[in-house]
Amino acid sequence: MNNITPYSSPHYFIYLMLLLLPIMIGLWFGKRFRVYDFIATVIILIITFFGGNMSQGISLIFYVLYEMLLVFTYLSYRKKHNNFWIFTSYVVLAIIPLVFVKLDPLLKNQTISLFAFLGISYLTFKAVEIIMEIRDGVIKDIKPYEFVRFLLFFPTISSGPIDRFRRFQKDVMNVPSRDEYVELLHSGVNRLMQGLLYKFIIGYFFGTLLLPKVQILTLSYKGQTPLGLSWALVAYMYVYSMYLFFDFAGYSLFAVAISNFMGVKTPMNFRAPFKSHNIKDFWNRWHITLSFWFRDFIYMRLMFTVIKHKWLKNRVTIANVGYITLFLIMGFWHGETWYYIVYGIFHACAMITNDAWLRYKKKHRKQIPSNKFTEAFAIFLTFNVVCFSFMIFSGILDKLWFV
Amino acid sequence: MDDIKEKIVGILQDVTGLDNVGQDADQDLFKDGVLDSMATVEVLVTLQDDFGIQVPVSEFDRSQWSTVNKIAQRVQELE
Repeated sequence: MNNITPYSSPHYFIYLMLLLLPIMIGLWFGKRFRVYDFIATVIILIITFFGGNMSQGISLIFYVLYEMLLVFTYLSYRKKHNNFWIFTSYVVLAIIPLVFVKLDPLLKNQTISLFAFLGISYLTFKAVEIIMEIRDGVIKDIKPYEFVRFLLFFPTISSGPIDRFRRFQKDVMNVPSRDEYVELLHSGVNRLMQGLLYKFIIGYFFGTLLLPKVQILTLSYKGQTPLGLSWALVAYMYVYSMYLFFDFAGYSLFAVAISNFMGVKTPMNFRAPFKSHNIKDFWNRWHITLSFWFRDFIYMRLMFTVIKHKWLKNRVTIANVGYITLFLIMGFWHGETWYYIVYGIFHACAMITNDAWLRYKKKHRKQIPSNKFTEAFAIFLTFNVVCFSFMIFSGILDKLWFV
Repeated sequence: MDDIKEKIVGILQDVTGLDNVGQDADQDLFKDGVLDSMATVEVLVTLQDDFGIQVPVSEFDRSQWSTVNKIAQRVQELE
């Protein structure tokens, strides 16, 4: 038997539904079976990580123990002291395993890839959030089993959505009333159905049926035209964008649906992103829990420090430096290849341009028309800018130019 | 309390450059796009300096700080 990637096959859904049944019956009658929850989590994790060779599972265990050690030594330190450099060292230590795993393709070192397991990024986001909020004093106490339960909450373990500890805690400490639970089951079933449509029908159509064909066509122009550019590449851009959205949004819907069945209101990850009016709007609608994580734990903190210490004066400069830092980090997080980094820089530039436009618009509000047509144009333009960025992200240019 | 509100409206006007901000003390500043992340941080830093309060970024739960009335209430609690 091999590892089963969450939500990827009918098998997974069958196992999941069988395991969920006692949890759902319990919630229906107003009970949470903590011991059973734990056992179900262990079984799902075994299915996900201990299938074929066990290296992923072993890495996961060591990773969780390591992050636990960090969080709890920092918690006990923070009760007495609050030194900025100690805090920074803890954050660095918490992300080191992820950094190593991300550097792996660059170093091609066999031993490093041993650390890797599915979902390490998402677990790291959660651990770092906890360390930062312990520093801020908003998390005052956390028990080891609460930490593990939050980190290893199986519906979201492989790719998010990234929940927040205090929000998650509120849900699991509470048993929903019958009415609330009926409501949750209702939205859960809807999301599950929408997820099936997105991932296994629309996503499958674009990703499995269409994309390989368009890719072959696109690559057939390699060396034939200047830079290998062709209309096929334009088609690839749209097909890939559709695949990326429907596949990931479908997966996220599953994760939220299964959370709902367990009485947890995991936040949604997408809100009609292709209807965004501008690029800022887009980041409030696309992979929301990730962009809000970056906003709250990187961008706002960086802005806060820069403004407080008056390192820079001009607020436009401050905001722009913030965007470049933020999107570069996001690019590096996706992976150490040139196209992820260019993707990051591209979005930083788009945000800077967007801000400049908004400032201009504010000043010339009277001269600039605003109607249904301009709104449609804004959505159209944003959609195309976003699809272009996904074309960079897809790595097709790497295949076309360098490989 | 009215003093605090007046001061907060002043801060919001300085940061956003909009003269009509805060006319409605229950206006949702985030939903209506008055405050973006950058403006939010500027408001936070100014609140800290002007009122001598400590507001960590993660304490800044958007639902609790979304209107002039709510900000005034939080400031009073933290002062």
